[in-house]
Parts: sequence; structure tokens; C-alpha cells
Amino acid sequence: MKPLLLAGMIILTLVVLVVAPFVGMTSISPESVIAAGADDPESRIFWSLRVPRVMLGFLAGASMSLAGMVFQAMFRNPLATPFTLGVSSGAALGATLYIRLGLSFAVFGVSGVTLSAFAGALLAISVVYGLIRSRPGSSTGTMLLAGVAVNFTFSSFILMVHYTSDMANSFNILRWLMGRLDTVGPDEPLSLLPLMVFGGLAALALHRELNLMSVGEEIAVGRGVDVSRYRKVLFLAMSVMIGGVVAICGPIGFVGMMAPHICRLVIGPDHRWLGPMSLLFGGVFLVVCDALSRVLAAPAELPVGVITALLGGPFFLWLLTGRRGASVGAGT
Amino acid sequence: MTSTQMMTMAVDVRHLRLDLQGWPILRDVSFAVREGEYLAVVGPNGAGKTSLLRCINRVARGWRGAVNINGVSIAAFTQRELARHVAYVPQAGGRHSPFTVRETILMARYPHLTPFVSVNYRDLRFVEDALALTGTGSLADRAMHTLSGGERQKVMLAAALAQNARILLLDEPTTFLDPRHRDVFRRVLRTINREKGITVIEVTHDLNCAALDSHRILALRNGEIAFCGPPGQFMDNEVLSRLYERSFLFTEHPVTGQPMILPEEGDRI
Repeated sequence: MKPLLLAGMIILTLVVLVVAPFVGMTSISPESVIAAGADDPESRIFWSLRVPRVMLGFLAGASMSLAGMVFQAMFRNPLATPFTLGVSSGAALGATLYIRLGLSFAVFGVSGVTLSAFAGALLAISVVYGLIRSRPGSSTGTMLLAGVAVNFTFSSFILMVHYTSDMANSFNILRWLMGRLDTVGPDEPLSLLPLMVFGGLAALALHRELNLMSVGEEIAVGRGVDVSRYRKVLFLAMSVMIGGVVAICGPIGFVGMMAPHICRLVIGPDHRWLGPMSLLFGGVFLVVCDALSRVLAAPAELPVGVITALLGGPFFLWLLTGRRGASVGAGT
Repeated sequence: MTSTQMMTMAVDVRHLRLDLQGWPILRDVSFAVREGEYLAVVGPNGAGKTSLLRCINRVARGWRGAVNINGVSIAAFTQRELARHVAYVPQAGGRHSPFTVRETILMARYPHLTPFVSVNYRDLRFVEDALALTGTGSLADRAMHTLSGGERQKVMLAAALAQNARILLLDEPTTFLDPRHRDVFRRVLRTINREKGITVIEVTHDLNCAALDSHRILALRNGEIAFCGPPGQFMDNEVLSRLYERSFLFTEHPVTGQPMILPEEGDRI
């Protein structure tokens, strides 16, 4: 049953990835892409705008979904996400500061804005992690409250930085804070790919540890999981991944919360299956939402965040009220 | 004790001290448990019983002293290695687990797996054996959070058995069980202790059951050992009144003849 569900998801992913680049303000026919030369405008839109955008959307959605799944398991709380724990806003603050200060540097090919976002994400997670360390046995609720507090603090910082910026910087920051997936050429998706592979491998490889941690810290330790070590590994891996996504696409919060829950309802709580499912579904979900944002109000484009929330919110409520709804609350 | 110290102890605790946020929880606790022994740990609430178990399997950190498992300091084990020697049934665990009973028990095979060794028929056999021994086979496909407290507790025991450790730590495993579930649970514990030679350390408030099931009773009070000896010496008004600051009524068990504690008489209505 579970292998079948996952196989179905893989097929759906391939279909969506192939079809999505053809969807948009100007619809592109498959013949023109294959037959026409490199100078054909349709072909150029397809290869330098649409395909990179779909790739970016998939990587961003997959990353946020996986990060949400990992945080929900580690904190045993359905509301734990990169967003609610303050990790997204930490990353956003790092990136905002980078833009505001007009910095421009890169280390080993990783752009400065990604590094700044990663540093911000790591700072946020360190605050929450420090709380776990200093107060052993504090409830997951306390940690979420800490995350919310971190979130507010960093958001205010972002507003402050934003307010003191000049017009050009202000526009750059605002445009980016709204969340974006439009990109030109393969550079941005390609820069995100290694970060996503790093975080994704950690999340998928540690499926047994995540299972045990999602049952409870005491039980996990008793079964032989070195919880404090794996917690550090996962926090670091998730910060890298979230930092990368937020640096390029802005704080996209919604996918990380909903996608893992929806997957859990479909394929169950075992992270061996839940991991790949969340990865694929999160990616596909964001790509579909983005494709819809391109056509629904054409020739204008809606912000992708609007679509994800409009689609995901009611769908999630419907799942909650369904017969399997009870397992959502307990499902983390 | 000198003769027993010569042989290797399953669990050997020396000068264990634990402080939590500046408060002493355990102060200089020393005792040893033989392989195959059943030790009951009793004492008033807040005496440090749970903390003691948590130190032995390294759930709690930051203690001082020495804890040896089969003659080796637990500091020398990785958590995974330690879990192959020591299994732990926490207080009322698994309440919010979304996993099924079978998944829960299979997850206990974790210390025997590596990233490159996946679940094989041997692991599955441990799961089926544990289900059979605890009588939880009929629950195998139910989700943990749909079980009653008693059923869940038996599954947590089954999981600890599937972990296949020679030392079993239990924290008040029968507190929330009805008389039938409690006695089934006790029977399983006695079976694995007497027939398989598993070393059992059980924290409990049920003094009568402790006296019936264990080889030795360790009583903690304010983080110190107040008594350590056979059940026959423990079931004594002087020992018990010093431990709990009240006096007890005793009677004889009609079958075994051991002294049993009676509850205080209520007001006649």
C-alpha cells in the first residue's frame, strides 16, 4: 500500500514537472519548444524563465515541507514549522540586513545573501535550542512560545531595517518579503540544489531517529537514540536548507505547515515513507500553486503565497473534520 | 558484600549524585544488582526513584559518581550500545504515539540496526515473540493512542522486550492498571525474570507486589538509601514507619504466609 502511494506520488511529480512549464500567461505549445531554434521567443521564455521557475518552486516547496516535517517530529507538535519556530524570520532578517547594508560577497560560490539567511536561521534555532538546554523538561508548548517570541522580535527588526532603507532597497526588501519564485536562468535553482540535497539527505536518512523522537524524548533515548546529537545535526541541516530557500524566495511559510500534515494523513506517521512523500508533495504543491498564480488573474500574476493559503487552508480544515481528523493532533 | 563484589554485577552504582537546578535529587547512592536479580525500588514521592532509573540509562545527564553495566562504565557506551544492554519502560509512555502497536515494538529494534542494516526476519521474530509473551497480539494493528492505559503499558513492555536487553528498567509500570491487567503484567515480568534471567529494576508504590515479586527491595528517601534488603526484612513496621512517617497494619498472605500491608481502616458508614 505505502510503496504504491509513493509510486503514485512520484508519477504525479513527474507529470506536474513536465506540464507546469507550459502553463502561464502565454501558453506554450510543446512543438515550439522542441522544434524551434534557440532564438524563438517561446522557446526562450520556456527555457530561461519557465523551467527555472518550476525548478525553484519544486526545490523551495520540497525544502519547506521537509523542514516542517522534521520540526513537527522533533517538537512533537503539529504547529512546529520553520515559520512558527522563528527560523524563517531569522533567515529573513539575515537576508534583509544583507540587502539593507548593500553587501555583496560570496564564499565558495555560495551567495552572501544565502549565507546571511543561513546565519539568521541558525541564530533563531539556537535561541530555541538554548531554551531546551537550559530548561530540560520544558514543554514543547514553551518552545513554541519561544519560537513565536523570536518570530516577533525578528519581524520587528526586519520592519525597522526596512523602514530605515532608501527607496531602492526598500522596494527590493518588500518585493522579496512577499515571496517570489520568478527567476531568470538556472543560477538560482542550481544554487539551491546542493543545500536542499544536504538537508534532504539528513531528513531522509534519519527516518528511524525521527520516528522515535516523535514518540517522545525519553523513549527515544531509552531505545538508543543520541537525541541531543541528532537534534543538533537536524537543526543545522534544516537551517542550511531554510536559509537557502528564504534567501532566494523570501519567507514562504505555509507549505511547511500543511504539506507534512496532509502527507501524514495519506501515508501514515512512519518517516521512512513520510519523508519522501513530504518532499515530493511539498514541491508539487508549490509548483501547482505557482502555475495557478500565473493563469488565474492573467495577464496579471497573483503572489504565490495567496494561492497556497487559499488552497491549503480549506483543504486542511476539510481533512481535520474528516473521519481521520483525530490522528492529526496526535500525529506529531 | 565482599564476596558478591568479586563477580561482575549487572548494574553497579557507586556514589551517585544528581542535582537538578541546584537541588540535590540523589545524594551518594551506592548499590549493586546481580545478573538475574529482581530489584524493587520504593520510597515516598520525590525520593529520587525515577531519577535513579534515568541515570542508569543516561536519560538524565550531569550526574556524578559511577554507573557500571556488566562491569563497564556507561560513560564508555554510545547511547545505542547502552540500549542493547538496558531497556527502559517509562512512566505511562507512548500516550500520544500515532504509530501502531506493531510499529511501536519494531521501533524498539533500533539499537540493533544501523543505517546499512535494515529490518530483517530476525527483528520481525522478536516483535512477534514480544506480542505473544505479553498477550498483545490482538492489538498489533491498532494505533497506540486508541489503546487503554493498561493495554498501552503492556505494549511498552513488549517493546522493551523486543529491544532484547538483559537489563530491564521499569518506572511504575502498573500504577494505572486495573487488578487484572496488573497481575498479567506482573506475571510477564516474573516469567522473563525467572525463566530468561533478565535483570529487573522496577520502581513501584505497590509495596505488597514489590514484596511478592522481588528478590530485594531498595528504599529511597530524600535521595538517600533508607533500606536495602530482602522483602522479609522490609515488611516490618519499624522500617516502613521510618520510611513513610506513618505506621502500618500487617496481615499474613493466605497462600505464601508473607506479611502483607493492609490499608488504613476507613470510617464506618
